[in-house]
Amino acid sequence: MDAQSRKMIIAGFGGQGIVLVGNVIARACVIQKKNVVGMVAYGAEMRGGTAYATVVVSDEEIGSPFVDCPDAAIILNQPSLEKFEADLRPNGLIVLNTSMTQRPPRRADLNRIEVDATQIAHELGNLRVANIVALGAFIAKSNLLRMSSIEQGLSELFSSKNPKLIDLNIQALHAGAERSRFCPLKTEQA
Amino acid sequence: MTTLKRSTILKDQVTHYCPGCGHGIAHRLVAEVIEELDIREKVIGTAPVGCAVLLYNYIDCDIIECAHGRPPAVATGIKRVRPDNIVFTYQGDGDLAAIGTAETIHAANRGENITVIFINNAIYGMTGGQMAPTTMLGMASTTTPEGRGKHGEGPPLKVCELLSSLQAVSYLERVAVSTPKDVLSAKRAIKKAFQKQIDGKGFSLVEVLSMCPTDWKVSPEKAVAFVNDEMKKVFPLGVYKDAK
Amino acid sequence: MAEKVLLKGNEVMAEAAVQAGCRFFAGYPITPQNEVPEYFSRRLPQVGGVFVQAESEVAAINMVFGAAAAGARAMTSSSSPGVSLKQEGISYIAAAELPCVIANMQRGGPGLGNIRAAQGDYFQSVKGGGHGDYKLIVLAPASLQELYTLTMNAFDWADYYRMPVMILGDGILAQIAEPVELAPYKPILEIASKDYILNGCKGRPSRVVKTLVLDPADGLIAHNEHLQRKYRRIAEEVNLCEEYQTSGAELIVTAYGIPGRIAKAAVRQARKDGLPVGMIRPITLWPFPDAAFAKVIKTARQLLVVEMSHGQMLEDVKLASQCALPTEFLGKGGGWYPTEEIIREKIDSMLNVSGRARK
Repeated sequence: MDAQSRKMIIAGFGGQGIVLVGNVIARACVIQKKNVVGMVAYGAEMRGGTAYATVVVSDEEIGSPFVDCPDAAIILNQPSLEKFEADLRPNGLIVLNTSMTQRPPRRADLNRIEVDATQIAHELGNLRVANIVALGAFIAKSNLLRMSSIEQGLSELFSSKNPKLIDLNIQALHAGAERSRFCPLKTEQA
Repeated sequence: MTTLKRSTILKDQVTHYCPGCGHGIAHRLVAEVIEELDIREKVIGTAPVGCAVLLYNYIDCDIIECAHGRPPAVATGIKRVRPDNIVFTYQGDGDLAAIGTAETIHAANRGENITVIFINNAIYGMTGGQMAPTTMLGMASTTTPEGRGKHGEGPPLKVCELLSSLQAVSYLERVAVSTPKDVLSAKRAIKKAFQKQIDGKGFSLVEVLSMCPTDWKVSPEKAVAFVNDEMKKVFPLGVYKDAK
Repeated sequence: MAEKVLLKGNEVMAEAAVQAGCRFFAGYPITPQNEVPEYFSRRLPQVGGVFVQAESEVAAINMVFGAAAAGARAMTSSSSPGVSLKQEGISYIAAAELPCVIANMQRGGPGLGNIRAAQGDYFQSVKGGGHGDYKLIVLAPASLQELYTLTMNAFDWADYYRMPVMILGDGILAQIAEPVELAPYKPILEIASKDYILNGCKGRPSRVVKTLVLDPADGLIAHNEHLQRKYRRIAEEVNLCEEYQTSGAELIVTAYGIPGRIAKAAVRQARKDGLPVGMIRPITLWPFPDAAFAKVIKTARQLLVVEMSHGQMLEDVKLASQCALPTEFLGKGGGWYPTEEIIREKIDSMLNVSGRARK
């Protein structure tokens, strides 16, 4: 595995905006001229409890688009925690939506960012931005991408869909980033 | 008084059809209609698999030969690309009502603006007399030696009746070519079906009850009588749909 | 360089087709290629084209047959079980020498299989699939940028040689999203005006498109010989592969499509670790890039073939390398995929490198 490559997974219930998070990360990669491959679980699987998207980011040409052993995971609900915790690489980064999960990660080696994303989204007035709160926390801690690129990615995405939602999403992004400050990491993330 | 004049759309070709076969009459009617409507330079025909596969040896206009049962799909592709051309299919009963049933029903249901000439002679001709979807109950064929209906073959499929429930169909008529009067009536129906297409009305189909003395194993005279006395009872002639 | 946009593989392919002038698409829903008909249904009406959702795969390929005969650049797509259904029509189109593009985003088989990515349709694609002696040009992109370019090229080759061209992808190529530069279409060949199409015989003799050859008695022999001459010519003129680090390589890894890019990453890392390994990634599966293999059998000592099947391209690699080198295989069907690590382990074992030598 080349050092520049980062593999991640975003998982939650269908409807929690899993694909949107993957899409925003990928757009931010395009903005920063990084290589990226995104994928959404498709077909019958997406009707089940857990929806997930994977993203591979690299400064080099990307080989495998598959993410079996992610460096990072954004986990928005309990079934996703059960399904993906074991797959994370040693000392990987897990962003946990504590509003929708019932326990902390079992693995002691993981770097964890625990954010009550759904609660924060509720306080912001729209439960649907919990995904972006979690994304904000991840971006603030991971140094994978610039916060400004994510903001630009969000603006691009919503400008065609619903421009009124841009401000709310950027607010959610920063709320997540702010909350992540209280989650010290054990190891510095590249 | 009607005088017989050879249509210029018919190629100067010795027929490969058996004595007493109805295809020759049906070919002539299609050719005459194309000539009378003055659409030869716009027509694109599709030939089926079966006895009429060599349609292009007789009718002098652009023609594509299709896989068995697929003419309505091929015609759809042509007509959608070239909506100003006049597109027709010429199909037998096995082609249209067995292996190509799906293509037939769905082209009809989409209201594809094409014209289908459907030759129903209640038998597979080219392959030597096997049961067709339109073979009548009790009728012997090489695959129903005791007559259709003894071994779970079910009754014959009635295409006009079946298609008449479809909203997008513009015109359905069943005719025959077994008497001079029927031939004149068949020509009128075929002309009307083409006119429907010219007027942009959507899917039109003319079912032509036709003779197959060879595979019915009867003389041409008896074949004519079989259409008149037996087939017309099971497949009543008439207009099944004529949408405004 | 133009700006890159983020699209799914299925969408990239459909957009490339539209850019290349495809104006007719008929298809039937099947996972994992559903975005293809969905995209065309939105996009074709914008450019005056026609989208038809067909009643079956069989009808779809026959609609393409008709559209191609009528002179349109036409396409259909499906995934493995659906492509099996299209084989009848493909044989007719090849026989009638009409141009069209067919995409197969392969899934697990045999039978209904599953919806995961697989490469079990290699034989069907490159050896014929339908009845009779015919060939398709078969293209195997490994990235979405390559998919975009090859889809455009596919229409040119189809028109130029008057034959069906197949894009052989898989469920992953179909479903991944990657940044793609949507470069404007530039024809790679000069296409003669289509003097064979059916558009009504105004001011010319009537034309017939047919595949039944009864007369003269040996007419079909002549037609087959004509087709074979064409295929031989194509084998000389169309031949694409990616050769990576082959010079000085003792071991050549070969894979196509998605496993090709995974193999390349494994080879890149192995090279960084000082191992004498290179890669050949066939891009045209028919014609197969024989010359690249003829070259490496003089310099390399071993071959490794990686496929998401139980070894189909393997046979063509053995033919192309004239069985001159020991050839090992890594692969499974049904949805299995290789990781960079598993390919690396195989490379190490074939080069007798112990696990410890690795970083």
